[in-house]
This record gives sequence, structure tokens and C-alpha cells, in this order.
Amino acid sequence: MVNLDTTFRALADPTRRAILARLAAGEATVMELVKPFALTQPAISQHLKVLENAGLIIRRVEGTKRPCRLAQEGVAEIDDWLAMLRKALAKNYDRLDEILACMETKKGRRKT
Amino acid sequence: MSKMTLKTEGDRYVVVTRKFLASPEAVYRAHTEPQLIQKWMLGPDGWTMPVCINEAKPGGKIRFEWSDGKGNGFYLTGEYVELKPYNKIAHIERMHLPDPTPDNHIETRFDSDGSGTLMTMRMTLPDEKTRAAMLATGMEHGMEASYVRLEGLIEAEAAKNASA
Repeated sequence: MVNLDTTFRALADPTRRAILARLAAGEATVMELVKPFALTQPAISQHLKVLENAGLIIRRVEGTKRPCRLAQEGVAEIDDWLAMLRKALAKNYDRLDEILACMETKKGRRKT
Repeated sequence: MSKMTLKTEGDRYVVVTRKFLASPEAVYRAHTEPQLIQKWMLGPDGWTMPVCINEAKPGGKIRFEWSDGKGNGFYLTGEYVELKPYNKIAHIERMHLPDPTPDNHIETRFDSDGSGTLMTMRMTLPDEKTRAAMLATGMEHGMEASYVRLEGLIEAEAAKNASA
């Protein structure tokens, strides 16, 4: 199970978001990630560890390499909750528009 | 037409904005008068709010009970912290599903916007356990594949496009 706090902490760092953006284009090894980010290999490895613990990336073993790719599940889980909230609120506020229209009409009548 | 925005702020909050074609006074009243709240704060179609206790004063109690008319229901309790008519409401609430979820601190502002009102609501982002409990109730009923993306991922996407 992915912890939401862990996920958001992982996403709070700009380098880690950039790594996710790079992985959105496809799988990459640590060495392939070191180059564009001008960071040391241990620094990149540390970022990957945080992303992996947050369930945002998945690493597989290929010989001596451990290529990384995006894990869709971690992100989808938060999206599910936000989508639910958005739908419930959008429905509520559409109803509220109608209530407010009635309130304004009544007020208008009272004035005249 | 999408007048509502919903986004995460940092790793702890969700901020919702919505414009209304009514005065801040009317929108504020619709958020604080029980007989008005019962008409719109219902979530998905088919749900009603048979019980609505709402004491709009500092320390005042809140209790909303929802029912889907088929034996399913849940309720929310809370307390008012601060009210500034017709501009700001600060309150704390928790869902009972039936176990109480952690306290959600919510601040709602109503600002004049032309001839209407801009509402801004800032709430605590629930933890994973709370989210799962909320998804497990009837609240996800009829959920469509609307796509809400994390701010961070939108930024990541923008960075990708910029570097491409």
C-alpha cells in the first residue's frame, strides 16, 4: 500500500519530478539519468530510492543494471480520490447555482 | 463549462475555487443556513440529507447525515472555529464511516468578483487510510473517468515539453 505522505514528499522535489518526466518518455538506467541532470550517480540513486519507496517507480534487474520505469498505480490511487472529490463538489455547486438563482429572484421581488 | 478548479497545494492541502453568479452574502448564507445546506450539499444524485444541524457561531456544532434511500448512509460532525459574515468560514470536520476520520481543517472564503462571488476553499489532504475509507462509501457512486492530475505531474509534463 502506498502512503500518501510518502508520495507527496517524493513529488515535492523538482529533480525527482524531472526524473519522473524523463521516465514518462520510457525506461532508463541510472547512468542514463546521470547525464541530463548533471548530478552524481549516488545522488541520482538516492532520488530513485525515494521514488521507489513512494511507489512511483518500479525497478527491474537486467544483468548488472536496474532500469527504472514509471509505476502507474501510485499516481492513479491519488487521482481516484481527487476525481471523486471533484465529481461530488462539481455536482454540489451546480445545485447551489440553482439555489442562489432562486434566492436572488426572491430578493428582487421583495425590493419591488 | 468548467467553473471549478481543484488542485493540491504542497503535500498537505487541496484548494478548490468556484465562481457563483450571486453576492458573497447569498453564497455565505447558502453555506451556513441548514434549510439551504440541505438542498445542495448532497454529493452524487440520489442522496439526501435528512439531518442537518449547523450552529453557525464560533464553537457551534455541525452534524450532517446523508442517506441514499436504500439503507446506506454516513454522517459528518464538526465544529466552527471562526465566522466572518459574509467573507470567511473556518471549521473542522470529520466523516464517520463509521469510524471517525482524522480532523479536516477547512477554510472557506467568499470574495466579491465583478457582480458575483469567488469562493476559495482550502482543506487538509486526507491520508491514505482516510482516502480508502471515503472511496469505499457510496461517495464514488457513478464516478466518471474525469482526469485530475497532481500539480507536480503537470509541472513534470510541462518540463518535458519545454525540454523536447
